Amino acid sequence: MSAKREYEVVIIGGGPAGLTAGIYAARARLKSLLVEKGAAGGWIINAGVVENYPGFPDGVNGLELADAMQRQAVKFGLEMLTAEVNGIGLKGEQKILKTSEGDITARAVIVAGGSDRVKLGVPGEEEFTGRGVAYCAVCDGYFYRDVPVAVVGGGNAAMNEALELTKFASRVYVIHRRGELRATKILQERAFADKKIEFLWETVVEAIEGQDKVKRLRLKNVKTGKKSSLDISGVFVAVGFRPNTGYLKNMVALEDNGTIITNEKMETNVPGILAAGDIRSSSIRQVAAAVGDGAVAAVYAERYLAGK
Amino acid sequence: MSKPVAVSDSDFDQIVLQSKTPVLVDFWAAWCGPCRMVAPVVEELAGEYAGKITMAKLNVDENPKTASQYSIMSIPTLLIFKKGAPVSNIVGFRPKAELKKTIDAVL
Repeated sequence: MSAKREYEVVIIGGGPAGLTAGIYAARARLKSLLVEKGAAGGWIINAGVVENYPGFPDGVNGLELADAMQRQAVKFGLEMLTAEVNGIGLKGEQKILKTSEGDITARAVIVAGGSDRVKLGVPGEEEFTGRGVAYCAVCDGYFYRDVPVAVVGGGNAAMNEALELTKFASRVYVIHRRGELRATKILQERAFADKKIEFLWETVVEAIEGQDKVKRLRLKNVKTGKKSSLDISGVFVAVGFRPNTGYLKNMVALEDNGTIITNEKMETNVPGILAAGDIRSSSIRQVAAAVGDGAVAAVYAERYLAGK
Repeated sequence: MSKPVAVSDSDFDQIVLQSKTPVLVDFWAAWCGPCRMVAPVVEELAGEYAGKITMAKLNVDENPKTASQYSIMSIPTLLIFKKGAPVSNIVGFRPKAELKKTIDAVL
């Protein structure tokens, strides 16, 4: 691991944005490496079926789509490394990536590290994680057959979780702090039409309680202040995402919410550092958008390397 | 190069609980994306920790008895067994360096 590793382009993150950047960079015959902390695929590997990515009228399994993108990128010569990136430093125009597998030097970097689920931050959440508190319905729905569960959140992720859970659970409560959903209309229509799903509007979770396993939620109506409790066996948290930019704070310009500020060429304020996908400010968090970002970032990385 | 061994409801007692060395069991299922992130890490660790700790994989879909016995409700979950009892419980994907710390603490 001590060998000197130098690349023209290093891509951080193996989701749709990173893999697409990899396809374009490799086809441009740039010496390219993609660094991913786990398996390639990004968030879609948690998603079950992806229904809105063009070219798949019957939907496509997220895992299969991720696999296909990875095979396509590797076929053209993209190198892959399993490692976690902990920081980026500059040495002249060179970028030095500090990783769990040692330092890597790049002339251009494309940051495509996506985002992770935000936690609720209420008492009981940490304690019962894996014992009733969950973050992936596709993974864990199976363990909640014929029991009532709750989903917290009102966006696309929350509706996808709720609809997935109707395959297993006896009842699915959706707990949302607002009086209406942010989720896309087709998901709202499906959720409203599902007899297993019940909505608890303008309600927040104050605590998760149980013994060994989750037994109930302590709730509060934000309008009336009225408190209540809800007996459930599982609670799936889908209240939002946080970009994985902790290690970039003093490196590139970020929005207050931690996303990376870019121009329309996917360039950050640092020459030769670009960003793509969900990690980028104003991202719409869709595979189709991430793929577009990845292509744009790779093309402008190539132009940067060629001296514009 | 040591590889993770597949265990089932029928041989769990013999391979995991009766083991002289500690055993890390990766509870997984085919439909679980994050399980795919954990698998290659466990595979690498199997080589690095050969002889010190056995790496095992249990498919929860095919082996519901063991999964429910240890109250598995989220996958991936990694349980480390020592002398027949679970001593460490890791839920969800963790980077390799963090897993190594957890394993080293138990050995």
